[in-house]
Amino acid sequence: MSTVPTTGPGVRRLSPLALTLADSATMIRRSFKHALRYPSMTISTVLMPAFMLLLFVGLFGRSMRAGLAGTAADGLEYVDFVAPGVLVVAAAAAGVATSVAVCVDMTKGIVNRFRTMSIARTSVLTGHVVGSVVQAMAGVILVAGIALAMGFRPTAGVLEWLGALGLLTLLSFALTWLSVALGLLAKNPEGASNTPLLFQLLPFLGSAFVPTETLPSAVRWFAEYQPFTLINATLRGLLLGLPVGDNAIIAVAWCLVLAVAGYAWSKMLFNRR
Amino acid sequence: MPAPAIAVSGLRKAYGDKTVLDGVDFEVPAGTVFSLLGPNGAGKTTTVQILSTLLTADSGRAWVGGHDVRADPDAVRALIGVTGQFSAVDELLTGEENLRLMADLLHLDRAEGRRRATALVEWFELGEAARRPAGTYSGGMQRRLDLAMTLMGEPKVIFLDEPTTGLDPRSRHTTWQIIRDLLSEGMTVFLTTQYLEEADQLADRIALLDHGRLAAHGTPDELKRMVPGGHVSLRFADPYSFDAAARLLGPARRDEAALSLQVPGDGSVRALRTLLDRLDGAGLEPESCTVHTPDLDDVFLALTGRPAPDKEPAR
Repeated sequence: MSTVPTTGPGVRRLSPLALTLADSATMIRRSFKHALRYPSMTISTVLMPAFMLLLFVGLFGRSMRAGLAGTAADGLEYVDFVAPGVLVVAAAAAGVATSVAVCVDMTKGIVNRFRTMSIARTSVLTGHVVGSVVQAMAGVILVAGIALAMGFRPTAGVLEWLGALGLLTLLSFALTWLSVALGLLAKNPEGASNTPLLFQLLPFLGSAFVPTETLPSAVRWFAEYQPFTLINATLRGLLLGLPVGDNAIIAVAWCLVLAVAGYAWSKMLFNRR
Repeated sequence: MPAPAIAVSGLRKAYGDKTVLDGVDFEVPAGTVFSLLGPNGAGKTTTVQILSTLLTADSGRAWVGGHDVRADPDAVRALIGVTGQFSAVDELLTGEENLRLMADLLHLDRAEGRRRATALVEWFELGEAARRPAGTYSGGMQRRLDLAMTLMGEPKVIFLDEPTTGLDPRSRHTTWQIIRDLLSEGMTVFLTTQYLEEADQLADRIALLDHGRLAAHGTPDELKRMVPGGHVSLRFADPYSFDAAARLLGPARRDEAALSLQVPGDGSVRALRTLLDRLDGAGLEPESCTVHTPDLDDVFLALTGRPAPDKEPAR
């Protein structure tokens, strides 16, 4: 962290904390400008989950609902069953865009410019993370709006909604830091666009779209214990008024562990280069 | 005597078993232009990266503005500006926004940021283009923006890593003029280049880097005195005129098989006219005549005893 007295007329003197905040704010502004100038990544981040919701409810909804019969979710409308799952997909959707943006930065000369300046180093990465989380949450809000329009009838009050949004933000934050690390690891933007796809596929191997008891036994064990299923169960509990149990604490713990791991890994990779 | 702007002692760097820098020492007095000259793969960029805190050396020490680059990188970063080989502009932002980004990262207040940006846009003739995304700029214009961004920090020491490689002759001369302007602003300039002419035009001192070692170090004149001068190569149609010309012109390198003579000379028009007039006076006419001025190959040949290595990928 820098406390170098880069003094002179017109130069503000900042404490290390103020410097970190100021540089992060600068990089966040940069990330938003990128999203405006190059909107195709943002559009796919925000719209893809919404299309998924339309597809599963509007197109497959009837047979999916029939599939709920005989499971713990028997009697639920399919839109009520799947909406929390698609919200999770939306929160996880910014991974690819983040990874590509970080990789593009690293393969261009601009990162060396940042590294030779007396700035808070991690602000380069923080800018991408905050920009991506905001985009993912825009997708979450769009999915929630479409779900409500399609008949999603949550019982949640204000507190439950805040809890659900908090958990989705935390999940998005954790996965975005992991995506930053994957972007730093990738050799080129094409490579960087592949690995984070995992975050969008994992919900399928869980309880997001179908009850886990209907899955083949080979994947069922994994599906029941993987973090996305726990996060799903917590969201369903909060939004539909079902029992949450230990799920909430374990889900939050998973997100915190992934976030800290992603941050530490990213920081290590960024400083190594 | 004031402390040197840059001092380097016993610098070594290897990647695996490939040694890139093998014990390099030099000093750069403040307010001068120092040029590190060498072919691709000689270790020029690695030297810049170590001095600009991007890399750490395996051994040896380096100081910029009196600060140890390894022990106190942030103090060094506050003093320097770096323009690397690869464009370091944000292509999605406009020229103005790129300069604004620098102002924010330098923690300039609004008025000061605007003052510096306006002055640089004018100096680098970015005018109209400042409102377009940098991705739409030509190569030369992108380099000018790049340099303008570097200068937003009003650096004391500026590193330019091959600033003219790949530029057309006109942009190259513009860049040279900018470097002279930087010097008159009192900055210390560390310039790497593959072109002897560029180092000759700009540098107060030149160091010739070859395979991670300094093969020579001195003022351009000192260095050129170590290099054989230029020559004029004359080729003749038949052995008779070849022999006659050789007798007339005195000391020259003879290539009997090609019937060509290499006559020492500085390549000036006057020397060339005198030479051709003498041949003309004797009724001799060469079939062809080429002028050869000393270049990096000659410097290498003279100082390392072998030709400049073939182009290797830059590191």
